[in-house]
Amino acid sequence: MNFLLGAFKPACNILITFSDAKTRKQVPMKNENGQMVMVPLFQSQENIAAKISIEPLQGKKIEHNGVKVELLGQIEMYFDRGNFYDFTSLVRELDVPGDIYERKTYPFEFSTVEMPYETYSGVNVRLRYVLKVTVSRNYGGSIVEYQDFMVRNYSPPPSINNSIKMEVGIEDCLHIEFEYNKSKYHLKDVIIGKIYFLLVRIKIKNMDLEIRRRESTGSGANTHVETETLAKYELMDGAPVRGESIPIRLFLSPYELTPTHRNINNKFSVKNYLNLVLVDEEDRRYFKQQEITIYRLLDS
Amino acid sequence: MIADGVEDEEKWLAAGIAGLQQNAFYMHRALDSNNIRDALKYSAQMLSELRTSRLSPHKYYELYMRAFDELRKLEMFFKEETRRGCSIVDLYELVQHAGNILPRLYLLCTVGSVYIKSKEAPAKDVLKDLVEMCRGIQHPVRGLFLRSYLAQVSRDKLPDIGSEYEGDADTVVDAVEFVLQNFTEMNKLWVRMQHQGPAREKEKREKERSELRDLVGKNLHVLSQIEGIDLDMYKETVLPRVLEQVVNCKDEIAQYYLMDCIIQVFPDEYHLQTLDVLLGAFPQLQPTVDIKTVLSRLMERLSNYAASSADVLPEFLQVEAFSKLNNAIGKVIEAQPDMPILGVITLYSSLLTFTLHVHPDRLDYADQVLGACVKKLSGKEKLEDKKATKQIVALLSAPLDKYNDIVTALKLSNYPRVMEYLDSETNKVMATVIIQSIMKNKTRISTADRVEALFELIKGLIKDLDDAFHDEVDEDDFKEEQNSVARLIQLLHSDDPEEMFKIICTVRKHILGGGPKRLPFTVPPLVFSSLKLVRQLQGQEENPFGEEESTTPKKIFQVLNQTVETLSNIPAPELALQLFLQCAEAANDCDLEPVAYEFFTQAYILYEEEISDSRAQVTAIHLIIGTLQRMHVFGVENRDTLTHKATGYSAKLLKKPDQCRAVYACSHLFWVDDQDNVKDGERVLLCLKRALRIANAAQQMSNAARGSAGSVTLFVEILNKYLYFFEKGNPQITVAAIQSLIELITTEMHSDSSTPDPAADAFFASTLRYMEFQKQKGGAIGEKYEPIKV
Repeated sequence: MNFLLGAFKPACNILITFSDAKTRKQVPMKNENGQMVMVPLFQSQENIAAKISIEPLQGKKIEHNGVKVELLGQIEMYFDRGNFYDFTSLVRELDVPGDIYERKTYPFEFSTVEMPYETYSGVNVRLRYVLKVTVSRNYGGSIVEYQDFMVRNYSPPPSINNSIKMEVGIEDCLHIEFEYNKSKYHLKDVIIGKIYFLLVRIKIKNMDLEIRRRESTGSGANTHVETETLAKYELMDGAPVRGESIPIRLFLSPYELTPTHRNINNKFSVKNYLNLVLVDEEDRRYFKQQEITIYRLLDS
Repeated sequence: MIADGVEDEEKWLAAGIAGLQQNAFYMHRALDSNNIRDALKYSAQMLSELRTSRLSPHKYYELYMRAFDELRKLEMFFKEETRRGCSIVDLYELVQHAGNILPRLYLLCTVGSVYIKSKEAPAKDVLKDLVEMCRGIQHPVRGLFLRSYLAQVSRDKLPDIGSEYEGDADTVVDAVEFVLQNFTEMNKLWVRMQHQGPAREKEKREKERSELRDLVGKNLHVLSQIEGIDLDMYKETVLPRVLEQVVNCKDEIAQYYLMDCIIQVFPDEYHLQTLDVLLGAFPQLQPTVDIKTVLSRLMERLSNYAASSADVLPEFLQVEAFSKLNNAIGKVIEAQPDMPILGVITLYSSLLTFTLHVHPDRLDYADQVLGACVKKLSGKEKLEDKKATKQIVALLSAPLDKYNDIVTALKLSNYPRVMEYLDSETNKVMATVIIQSIMKNKTRISTADRVEALFELIKGLIKDLDDAFHDEVDEDDFKEEQNSVARLIQLLHSDDPEEMFKIICTVRKHILGGGPKRLPFTVPPLVFSSLKLVRQLQGQEENPFGEEESTTPKKIFQVLNQTVETLSNIPAPELALQLFLQCAEAANDCDLEPVAYEFFTQAYILYEEEISDSRAQVTAIHLIIGTLQRMHVFGVENRDTLTHKATGYSAKLLKKPDQCRAVYACSHLFWVDDQDNVKDGERVLLCLKRALRIANAAQQMSNAARGSAGSVTLFVEILNKYLYFFEKGNPQITVAAIQSLIELITTEMHSDSSTPDPAADAFFASTLRYMEFQKQKGGAIGEKYEPIKV
C-alpha cells in the first residue's frame, strides 16, 4: 500500500499507487530527513503506471483548476539547495477544472519513459526521480504531492574490457608492475590482479588497495571535487623483496559502490578509482591511482 | 635495556592474549547463536592480535598457539554450517571480505580446510589458491606462522595416494606441488629474516631464526610422509626442487639445517639412489656452511643402512656409493678453501667409517681415503688443533675397530703417513690404541715386514720424536706406555725361525734408538723373545739343511750380546747383568761354552765396574752364584776361574752377614748334585768353615759395637747348609762337625750377652725338629742321622 508522505492536507488526501506495486521490487532509499524508506525501483524505458486517488475530507468539496501529474528527473546541487534542475519533465493532465466531492481515482501511465540517469545521492549532489501530483486551486494554494522512486540502469557486460597493466616507480627506489584483470567491473565483481615488485629499496610496511569515488560537480571555476574512500583492503603485510608477486583478489560486493557516471547533464560526474597504496616504515605513502569503470550488471 | 625489552615483551604478549581472549569470547557467543557474520567479525578481530610486530618468535608462538586453538573451534563451526546447508563456496568468499590481510588469510585457510573436506571443489584447486594467496604476507615471522598454519590444516587433506582426496583431478603430484611451494615460500621468508633489521642484532636474529627453523623443516617432513612419493618422483621432482631452493637461498643457516633435514627425513634407500643429485648440491653451498657435519650424518646414516641388512649392499655397489661420496668430498673441500683442517679430517673420517661398514672387503677404498687425507694434510705443519688431532685419532682408530686386526691396517700404505701429522703426544695415544687393539685381539704379527710397518706406526712410543723436548711426561704414564710396548714385543712371533730372527732384528733396530729411559723396558722382552727362539732352535738339529745363512743360536747370541751391552751403557747395570746371566744360561743349554763364558765375563765386568751399591751387589752375587751353579757347559778351567771369582766377590761384600751368606751360598758351586765332576767336598767344607768364621766375626763385631751379641740366625743357617751337604753325602761333613755346631749355637743362645731373638729360636728349634724327624724316618737317612745327638 502506497502512502503519501505528509499526506494530510487540510483539504484532501492524495494517494499515489503504482499499478504493479505488489510485484515491483522495493529498495531502500534515504529521504530528505535522512530516514530510510522503501521505494519502487525502475529502469529506463519502463512504463510507469499508477493511479492517483484524491479523497476530500469529510464531505468537503474541492474546487480546482485542474489535476496533473508530472514525472520529474531532478538534479539538486547542495550548494544551491532547494533549487532543482529538471532534466526530465513529463506531464499528464488528469482532470479539467471542476469540483471533487468524493474520492476520485485517476489512472495514468507514462510509457517507455526515457530515464538515462540513475538515482544518485552524493556528497554535493543528488539526482532523483519523482512523481509530482498537483491539484491547482485558485485560493488556498495548490495541493502538491510527491512520490519518489528509484531508477537503476543496467548495462550488459562491455564488449571490450581490457586489463589494466602498468609499471610505475620511483627511480632507484621502487619499481612495481601491477595488473588488474579488467578496466570495467560490475558492482558484484571481483578484482583479480597481481603486483610484481621489480625493485625494492624502501622498507615497505604494508600495501593496501583502495576504491575511491570521485564526485565532481559544477563546471569551470565552480567545480567541486569530493573524493571518498569506499574500500580499504590490505593486500600485503611486510616488506617484499625483488621478484615477489602479490596476488590481488578483492570482492566488490561488500562495498556500497556507485556505478561510474560521466558528465550527467553537464552537472556532475562520478568516477571510480583503484588506488594502490604502499606504506613504508616511516609511514610515507606511495600510491598510484587508476580509474576503473563500474557498471551495474543486471542480477540474474 | 635488554631487561626492559623482555619486560615489555611480556606486557605486549599479555595484552595480545587478553585481546585475543576477549574477541574469542564474543566469537564463541556468536557461534553459539549461529550468527555467522558476527562470528567472522570477531574472529577477524581476534586474529588481528597476530598482526603484532613487537613479539619475538618465541612469544609470538605462544600467541599463535592460542589463536590456533580458537581456529579449531571455528573450523568445527564451519563444518557444522556446511552440514546445515550453508554453501561452502559462499563461506569461502565471505571470509575474504575481511579488510586486513592476516586475519583474512587465517580465516581463508580455515575455511579452505573445510572446503577440501566437503569435496565440492578439487583439493588441488583449493590448495593452490591458498598457497598462492598466502603470498600477501611478506613479513617473515607472520608469514612463517601463517604458512605453518596452512601446512598444519592441509596436512591430512593432501591428495596423496590412497587418501580420500585423491581423484581424477587430484593426484599426488598436486600434493607435492603444494607442499613444495609452501616450503619454498617459507624458506624465502625465513632466509629474509637474516637481512632485515640492524646489523648489530645479527646474533639475536640468528637465535630467533633457529627457533623458527622447524616451521620450515616441517614441510620436508610432510613431504616425506606422502605415501605417493616413490623413488622416481623423489628423484625427478621432489629432491631437485628442494635442493634448488636450498642452493639458491644462499643462506648459511638455512642450507645447513635443510640439508640435514633432507638427510634425516627421507629414507636411506632414496638417498642411495639419488646420491649424485644430493651430493652435487654440497659443493654449491655457501663456503661457511658446516658441510662436514651434514655430510658425516649422511654417511653415518648410509652406513647404518648398510649394516641393517645384507640385502641392501648390492645397491651400494650398483650406485658406486663410495666413489661418489669420495668425489663429492673432494669437491666440497675444493669449493670451501677456508674449511678448517678439522672439517676435512672429519669428512674423511666419516667416509672411512662408511667404507669400512659398507665395503669391508675393499681395503683399497680405505687406503684411498687415507691417501686423500694425507694429500690434504701435506704442506701443512703438524696439527696444532686439538679437535683435529682428535679426529685423526678417530680416523685412524676406525679401521682397527672394524677389522680388529692390525694386520689389515698395516696393509694400508697411507696409514703411517697420516700418523705423521699428529703431534707426538697424540702420536703416542694412537700408538697405544694400536697396541691395545693388538693385545685385545691377540693379533699375530708374524713377518718382519709387518713388524717393520707396525713399529713405524708406533714409533711415537719407541723413540723420542722431534728434537723438541716435550713437557715432563707423567712417570706412570710413561711406564704404562713402555710396558705396553714390552707386551707387544712379546706378542711378535713367527713359527719360522728365520722369520722370527728377522723380526727380532727389526725390533732391535727400532728399540735401540729408544734412549736410556726406554731401553730398560724394551730390551728385556726382546732378550726373552730371542731366548725363546734359541730354545726353539735348540730342539732342532743344527743347520738341518746345511745352509750357511740359516739362523743359528750362535748368531742370535751375538745379537743378544750387543743388545744387552747397550743396557750397560745407559747405564742399567743390574738389569744388564741379569740379562747376561739369562743369556749365559741359554748358551749353556746350547752347549756353547765360549758364548756362555763370554756372557759371564760380561756379567763379571759389570759387577766389578758398574755395580757399586752394596745391596745391589748382594743381589747380583746371589744371581751369579745361582746361575753359575746350574752351568754344566764349562770345562774345569773355566769353571774354576768363574767360581774362584765368585767366591772372591762374596768375601768382599761389605756387611758381614751378607758376606757370610754369600760365602755359604758359594759352597753350592762346588757340589752339584747331578754333575759328578763337580763334587768337591773339601772346598764345600772350606766355604762353610769360612762362613762360620765370618759369622763369628759378625757376632764379635756386634758385641763390640752394641754390647750384645747378634742373633744366632747365621749359625742356624750354616747348620742347615751342613745338614744339606751331610744328607747329600759329602764325606767332609762329619757328625762331629754338626754336633759341635749345634753345641756352639746352644751355647751362644744361652750366653748372657746374647739378644733374645724369637725368630732365630724358632728357626733353630725347627731345624732340630727336622733332624729328629729324619732320625725317626729310619732307613739310610735315619741311620746317618742316628749318631747326631740333639
